[in-house]
Amino acid sequence: MSVLPKPAGVSAQQLGRRSFLGLGAALTGGLALGLKPGNAAEPVPAFPPADPPWSQALGPGVVDRPYGRPADFEAGVIRRNVPWLTAGTQSSISFSPLQDLHGIITPNGLFFERHHAGRPDIDPDQHRLMIHGLVERPLILTMKDIVRFPQVTRIHFIECPANGGMEWRASQINSLQFNHGMISCAEWTGVRLSTLLEEVGIKKEAKWVLVEGADGAHMNRSLPLDKCLDDCLVVYAQNGEALRPEQGYPLRLVVPGWEGNVNIKWLRRIKLGDKPWYSREETSKYTDLMPDGTSRGFTWLIDAKSVITFPCPEKPLAGPSLYEIRGLAWTGNGKVKRVDVSTDGGVNWQTARLHEPVLSKALTKFTLPWQWDGQPALLQSRVIDETGYVQPTIADLRKQRGSNSVYHNNSIQTWQVKPDGSVFDVQLA
Amino acid sequence: MFSSRKLSLLLGIAAAAGAFASAAEPGHFGYGKTATPAEIAGWDIDARGDDGLGLPPGKGTVERGTEVFADQCAACHGTFGEGEGRFPKLVGGAGTLKNDRPELTVGSYWPFAPTLFDYINRAMPMPAPHTLSADDVYALTAYILNLNDLVPSEFVADRDSLPKVKMPNRDHFIWTDPRPDTTSKPCMNACADPASVKIMSTAEGNGLTPRTTGPLDTMQPK
Repeated sequence: MSVLPKPAGVSAQQLGRRSFLGLGAALTGGLALGLKPGNAAEPVPAFPPADPPWSQALGPGVVDRPYGRPADFEAGVIRRNVPWLTAGTQSSISFSPLQDLHGIITPNGLFFERHHAGRPDIDPDQHRLMIHGLVERPLILTMKDIVRFPQVTRIHFIECPANGGMEWRASQINSLQFNHGMISCAEWTGVRLSTLLEEVGIKKEAKWVLVEGADGAHMNRSLPLDKCLDDCLVVYAQNGEALRPEQGYPLRLVVPGWEGNVNIKWLRRIKLGDKPWYSREETSKYTDLMPDGTSRGFTWLIDAKSVITFPCPEKPLAGPSLYEIRGLAWTGNGKVKRVDVSTDGGVNWQTARLHEPVLSKALTKFTLPWQWDGQPALLQSRVIDETGYVQPTIADLRKQRGSNSVYHNNSIQTWQVKPDGSVFDVQLA
Repeated sequence: MFSSRKLSLLLGIAAAAGAFASAAEPGHFGYGKTATPAEIAGWDIDARGDDGLGLPPGKGTVERGTEVFADQCAACHGTFGEGEGRFPKLVGGAGTLKNDRPELTVGSYWPFAPTLFDYINRAMPMPAPHTLSADDVYALTAYILNLNDLVPSEFVADRDSLPKVKMPNRDHFIWTDPRPDTTSKPCMNACADPASVKIMSTAEGNGLTPRTTGPLDTMQPK
């Protein structure tokens, strides 16, 4: 963001101490004034040769903000929802502002949200995790108990399988945030689910695991025991601090590489059984309706997907120049192996640079330098994961699944760049 | 190879690592407390979809369900389950699953009747979930099944009758993931005739992109 001019009559210190709302009004006023040259209140430039006011003042001291927050100028970097998508906000989703994020880790306040009965605010001293069913010794654990178990820390993405679900039929929404923002990635810390299951003793008839939340939806899903013993985590920390309430405080499940819905938040109960439960969330929802009228169930895996995050509809180009195309790729199958980028709608491709770290079941960053000549362009990215799976086009997916399956749209995104640098969400033949 | 001192040191490290890294035996850590039957009963609410395992005692009629529904559900789902606004329809859609615009409801889509009991019991009514008696949840289940013409008006829902209700879409789910179902190849050059690259749809100008989500939102519309 360029340096904003100081609104007339407002000192830098006053500005810094204003509330968001007040600041918004002040900024709007300042910018509006800036657009009217000749106005008596035209702001004074704060860049060379001038020495800006913040360089000639004493700023607030330490613990002015005991828990830090982003710069006031970043007030537009927020989660957003699509009001017409759901009946209300309690059973709904919000999208991470991918257009403003620069790394593979999603800041905690910007991690996308999916609630089914709103966000419970849970007292951790009152929270319990019960593990029972086909076990040797049913157990109740407090948060203090859980934190005592051997700790593991892993970086993993979580993606709602409905990410991109609004685009099965056609391009609808001109936005990176709304078409792709139901993915976020964090460093999670907790205990392996296998450690807890071994602690209670798994009876040999057990094959499936019910996981359930403490929210009003009592959200529940069935998971195969093998996955639970493989790499699932019961976590209490996200990017080094306690989970945010929106992400399941004080305790959530992380099921690496599998659809977001099974990563139960506010986790309170784990029950072992011999069959799946066929809960509402795995029958009437999170199943994929095919053109022949059949539906696929238990489609947990997040297939490989990538998207260009710059340029994008929210971040257009400012004239012909050398640019760096930037994006993110991920796969529930493990690691990203390669990302290719096309600027001509998929006719020719170049391999992008992957940025370290390239971690299993985590967001991976890619970039490619691009000399834009001001001509119309169709930008695409295509990921290939370590199993050799290649991200499909939307046409490929529709051939297999029609356009009513809602979930698991991992198709290649096309951004149309117009000569004026504006960017639009389009789909190709 | 190893000096005895080195060896014992290594073994010591291995033993310590083993003691903390794996819990081969149940109760290895000994944290927490054994859950009592009463504690388990309070939280053990799940009813399994395909066979109704876990359905509680109690029963409910379609007639009673009519009353409870009007009181607890109709504001969002409509008096006859037709749905208000964007809240879900609970009836209709029979035979639409292959249509261009399929209607997925309890009657047209849900494979198992006990799942309906389980879901109402755990998640409804939305402002006060898990506050209805088992009898009332059975009654609501009976009423919604009756609205979908899946049970007669004299139907009584209970732990024995619900698993026997054959839902129309029961046998149309495939519970094994068939993916990967696409086989794209990563072609690099001249992968298509440039003349064939055509835009089939665009989000430009269709007015569906949200412009703001609140007073703090400085997002600029295109």
